[in-house]
Order: sequence, then structure tokens, then C-alpha cells
Amino acid sequence: MRNFSILPLELCGVSFSAGGKKLIHDIDLMIEDGPATILLGPNGAGKSLLLRLCHGLLQPTTGQVIWRDLGRHMPKLHAMVFQRPVMLRRSAAANIDYALKLNGICRQSRKKLVAEALELAGLSDQAQTPARVLSGGQQQRLAIARAWACRPQVLFLDEPTASLDPQATKAVETLIGQVQESGTKIIMTTHDLGQARRLAGEVLFLHSGRLIEHRPAEPFFSGPATSEARAFLAGDLLW
Amino acid sequence: MSTIGESFAAALALILGMDPALREIVGLSLQVSLTAVFLAALIGLPLGALLALSSFPGRGAVIVLSNTLMGLPPVVVGLLVYLMLSRAGPFGVLSLLYTPTAMIIAQVVLVTPIIVAYSRQVVEDLWTEYGEQLRSLGAGRLSATPTLLWEGRFPLTTGILAGFGRASAEVGAVMIVGGNIEHVTRVMTTAIALEVSRGDLPLALGLGIVLLILSLGVNAATALLAMATRQERRLMRRRVA
Repeated sequence: MRNFSILPLELCGVSFSAGGKKLIHDIDLMIEDGPATILLGPNGAGKSLLLRLCHGLLQPTTGQVIWRDLGRHMPKLHAMVFQRPVMLRRSAAANIDYALKLNGICRQSRKKLVAEALELAGLSDQAQTPARVLSGGQQQRLAIARAWACRPQVLFLDEPTASLDPQATKAVETLIGQVQESGTKIIMTTHDLGQARRLAGEVLFLHSGRLIEHRPAEPFFSGPATSEARAFLAGDLLW
Repeated sequence: MSTIGESFAAALALILGMDPALREIVGLSLQVSLTAVFLAALIGLPLGALLALSSFPGRGAVIVLSNTLMGLPPVVVGLLVYLMLSRAGPFGVLSLLYTPTAMIIAQVVLVTPIIVAYSRQVVEDLWTEYGEQLRSLGAGRLSATPTLLWEGRFPLTTGILAGFGRASAEVGAVMIVGGNIEHVTRVMTTAIALEVSRGDLPLALGLGIVLLILSLGVNAATALLAMATRQERRLMRRRVA
């Protein structure tokens, strides 16, 4: 269907400072199309910041974020789901419709896309429910459906299951799997090592704003190369 | 003591009997204040939202100024509008002085700053909450404005009701630019002022009671809205927990 790809995503010497403090240090990185990329690292490592820099919500202080063929396509070709997604005070269906409308999709196509997105998230029965009344897990699934509705090539997820119980987490992971099967590249952060093992194709390990490991998931989990990653996986506290 | 009792009974009789003079005055009051608040909302809501979302040099000063305007004494507004509309003033040719239109203009000037201040505060808070999400979905500050105004519809209505409260309760501005002319520009507050000085206490008291009931209605509506907003928040907090 697509004859172009915005991947690979390349970061060249990306740094980010705020309030006189350097939070991201000279990251060089190339993310290719393929299985999910998982960002790991302790709190404050800069995982969420890095996602925001890639998504364009923040501008790097120095360095560049380069997509291969982003152009000025409508709708936007990369989307993001936040740790605590903000739902608009309207129905679940209207929340998805709103995102599509912002991306300039006409009314007729919107109706079909909304139904498809709700179906994928298993929320067809809740289409007319006010989004803010949905449970935490349902809201997170709705947020993923809303982001996916415009068929992005890349979906960033910032700890999508951070405050969910195991059952809701499973539902969200299943949905992420479906999104991935539809051809969308997943780039996400998580604190849940089990989840990282289940989903990761490759791992980016960050520590204090630096990228210290970037490897396929299998070798990373079986034998991390750096002492920081080893300690992190062993559950030690990192400073 | 008996005069108060008698006046009160007479006032109730006027209200319950739907006295034509009383009805006319209440009707004009509502017409003037509701129109003024409607126009003020039309001006104030987008202006406040714009002020909330834009950044330009001197923005802080503009906000302080607009907040100061909230406390404008109605008589001063009356005087300024009077100067504008009087024969010698820049809009004198329109012959608007001593008409309900002049009163509406004065009340718009009084109410708009209140609605601007509410709308700015509400939209600013909402942008903190929604900004990143909306930008991620592809909205700019400008295209986010109608969305945020709609998302803030409950607190904004409170602001509009506050504006209505100010408009319907003030005497000074409508007295100066309206002139309190019987059957033309006589509204509740100016009528009360006049009837008291004339000694017609029942009519003054009757109008006072209607004004109080109106104010009660506005406050009850505000309280109900606040309750609805709180309930929604509680629901959300439970979701997060």
C-alpha cells in the first residue's frame, strides 16, 4: 500500500538541555523498520524525553532528528500515546473522529476509520460512552486506537501500561501486537521488564541521558554488555 | 414596622398579580442584560482563549490590564460610554444615548473583562493538561482554541453567569446612559433607586425581590455546574487510582 517509508529514523548528535541542565547527551542512533524497539533505563534516564524529541514535541538543543521521507504528508505519519492520555470530554468514537478530522480526513472516510479503530481496540460497544468514564485500561486502548486511526507508520508509546492491572496490561499488549501486525513500527518505553522481554525486537538502554546499549533483544537480555545494564536487569538501584 | 410589613405584602401582590409595570421593567432588564452578556461572551471567550495561548511582548501587562478592567466601577463605564455617545462625542450621530442599545453597550463593556479573565484562566489551565496531546494529534494553538473552549464549557459557563450577575445588578452605568426613562430605559435597578426616593416602597421591594430571585437562580445554576464538574473529576480520579 505504501510506496515510501519514513524509516529509518536517524538521530545525529541529539542533545537536550532544560533549565541549564543537560538531560540528553549526544545521542547518535538509527532505528530501522522491523520488530518493536523498547527503551529501557531507570527513572530520569531520559526515555520519555527521547520519545518526545523523536516525535517532534520537543526540539533538540543541538543535533538533528531525521526521518527518511517525512515530507509534509497528511495525516501525520508518526503518532504518540502518552502515559496518561488526555481524553476529550466527548464520546469514545468522537475522540477518534477528532484526531482524524485534525488530519484533514473527510467525513465519509472518517466514519469507517472510526469504526475500524474501535473494533481493533475492542471498544465497539463503548463507541458512544463518554471517553472520560471509561476505565483506565479502556482509556489507554482508546488512546492507542485514536493514534492508530490515522494509520501512522511509527507509533511511540510512553509507558502505556504504567498504572494498569495485569489484565488490562495484557489487553493493551495484545492491542500493541495487533497495531504492529498492521505494519506500524512500535517504539516504546517501559518499566516492566517482563513486558520488555515479551515485546522487544531490539533494546535501547539509556542511563543518565546517554544511550549506552543498542542491541537486539535476545543478546541484551541474555548478556548485557555494560555494567549499568547488568545491574538494571538484576534489579539493583542505579545512580 | 408596619410599613415594612405592608410594603412587603403589597410587593408580593404585585409579583403574584404579574403587575404590568413590574413585568415591563423586569422584561427590559432581562432583555438588556442577556443581550449584553451574549455579546460579551461572543467577544470575551475567543479573546481570553487567544490571550491564554499566544505569547507576545507585553502579554503580562495586557493580562494585568484586563484583570483591572474587571473591577471597573459601573459609573465610570457609564460616564465613558456617555461621552462616546453624547451629541458631541464621536458616535453622537448615531443618537444612541438614552436607548436600550446604549445600556447594552455599557453592560458589554462591564461584562467582557470578566469573561475574558475567566476564559483566559480556564483555557490556560486546559492547555497545560491537553497541550502535548493536542499537538501530538496535529493541532496548533489556533486550531486548538475552539476545542479548548468546548472542553472548558462548564467552568466557562460559570464565568458567563458571573458576568450576568454583574450586568443585572449594576445601577450606575445604565442610569447614566439609559436615563431611567419610563417605558423606554427603566430597568430593575434604576427603578428601585427611583421608587425608593419617590416613596413607592412596594414596587421597589417587589423589584428587589425579583432581582434576588434572579440572583438566587444564577447562583444555584453556578453551584449545580460546579457540582457536575467536581463529580466528573472524582470519577476521573478513581480511574487513575
